[in-house]
Amino acid sequence: MIPGSPQRAELLQKAVKGRSLWDDARRRLLSNKAAVAGMIVLALMVLVAVIGPFLVPFHYDTVTKPDVWAAPGVGGHLMGADSLGRDLLARLIAGLGVSLAIGLVATSVSLVIGVLWGAIAGYVGGRVDEVMMRIVDTLYSLPFIFFVILLMVTFGRNIFLIFLAIGAVEWLTMSRIVRGQTLSLKQKEFVEAARAAGLSSSQIILKHIVPNLLGPVVVYVTLTIPAIIIAESFLSFLGLGVQPPMASLGTLISAGAQDMEIAPWLLIFPSLTMIITLMAFNFIGDGLRDALDPKDR
Amino acid sequence: MLRFLFRRLLVAIPTLFLVITVAFFMMRAAPGSPFVNERQLSPQIEAVVMAKFGMDKPLHEQYVDYLSGVVKGDFGPSLKYRDKSVLDILNENYKVSLILGGVSILLAAMIGMSLGVIAALRQNRIADYFTMGVAILGVCIPTFVTAPLLVMVFASKLGWLPTAGWNGGALANLILPITVLALPQIAIISRLTRAGMIEVLRSNYIRTARSKGLPESLIVRKHALRAAILPLVSYLGPAAAGLLTGSLVVEKIFNLPGLGKFFVISALQRDYTVVMGMVIVYALLILVLNLIADMIYAALDPRVRLS
Repeated sequence: MIPGSPQRAELLQKAVKGRSLWDDARRRLLSNKAAVAGMIVLALMVLVAVIGPFLVPFHYDTVTKPDVWAAPGVGGHLMGADSLGRDLLARLIAGLGVSLAIGLVATSVSLVIGVLWGAIAGYVGGRVDEVMMRIVDTLYSLPFIFFVILLMVTFGRNIFLIFLAIGAVEWLTMSRIVRGQTLSLKQKEFVEAARAAGLSSSQIILKHIVPNLLGPVVVYVTLTIPAIIIAESFLSFLGLGVQPPMASLGTLISAGAQDMEIAPWLLIFPSLTMIITLMAFNFIGDGLRDALDPKDR
Repeated sequence: MLRFLFRRLLVAIPTLFLVITVAFFMMRAAPGSPFVNERQLSPQIEAVVMAKFGMDKPLHEQYVDYLSGVVKGDFGPSLKYRDKSVLDILNENYKVSLILGGVSILLAAMIGMSLGVIAALRQNRIADYFTMGVAILGVCIPTFVTAPLLVMVFASKLGWLPTAGWNGGALANLILPITVLALPQIAIISRLTRAGMIEVLRSNYIRTARSKGLPESLIVRKHALRAAILPLVSYLGPAAAGLLTGSLVVEKIFNLPGLGKFFVISALQRDYTVVMGMVIVYALLILVLNLIADMIYAALDPRVRLS
């Protein structure tokens, strides 16, 4: 081929359009039917949680005496009503919103703490690393419920503190994953180049290490959100979580379990919603892992 | 092996010490007191009660007293239950948690591993899709959903099993709680086993074993399984610790007198000594089970040297 020929220019242009890791990952993710289904379901769930309250003719906290124990379909209640005559669909939409919000906020908290903690421990190394990871080990050996109860009694049963409490406990695994990745990243040339260019440690961690951690972190996040939704429900189930009249999936299931003899729909609909939500997250998580970690395929 | 054990125990002691310290001061930093009741104690009586438990001393002295007690195996008296020591309370409640947790983790390991192996051997066929579908469901349905649903079907509607209660550990009373505890574990274990098995079955030494003409069942049992369950071993340690110290939800729904329920009640009532006792038991279990997991790991994988 003659240098400068049109074919060569064409070839060059093709060669320049290389596929990045993320392009590859996106293609693999989008060809995974379960993951795509999970994303669609999740998008619908978020949509329902956001605009649903305006579409349902009932408020989640309106008590209507004649509608007590109304079965699904009776009195305009599509999913029936509870022991106080409150519309289950309205409560379910409100509860879904609360659960999703808790999952999102608590995951963000655990993401920030876990990534910074792990990246600093891994990058700085030596004694700092040892002390930081020993702290993680210690916190691991304390029961989850211990922290939660202590935080509850210290700060009161405030929904924002539930977010914080759960997030503040869930960061441990994240920090371990991030530390492991950082240890291998820090040997790479680009980090050395950054150091040679005179960047400070904090700049290297934030601008060079953290962006390269994204793959495993994204996968772990999609697994943390459902874990946090379960943790919140578990607390609500024990009466330590979201306080009435607010609802979350956990409080609804808990209330439904108490009344299941009289009104099984109060247990069935919230349970189904919870299962579908968790499955969507799990499919997305599995899909992302396959997409971002080609060696596993 | 002995040197490894010894070194690990040396590392475990400071961790345990840290756990006790953190838990002690966190507990005390939280507001509230074990002696605040519906009935308000007069300040004089409260002072006497505080003095009786040594709680009139400065906090750091109480901490030293507590630590020296723990070293001697004395976890102190309960602050809420008169005339009972923490060890009495642990003694009365550990059996329920031990039976429930132990049986369900063993059952889950056996069933989960078998399902995982079957799925891996029939990869991308109906048996695989079916088991993995069930496993996904098992991961996604939390215990507080399965428990009431199973009670509704098998106890209320069909009347085959009792709805709740311990009843001296009668088998009929154990079936539902153990099923509820084991199901999510079966799901996770079968997924881990399948993933490990699929990876191992592709490796060169399995191809060698096949080319030697070994029967498939022997390859699976003697060659592949050993390596395939390595990830499972590291998972089982903490999972077993969680189950053995009691699953709150299951104890609550089935009204069982286990450790988990006691832990929450004691924490809410600020029964400091009982909570500390349980924290120590939990931490010990985690440390010991992780140690056992590491030893099994080394026994299964000759590349891992215990040093």
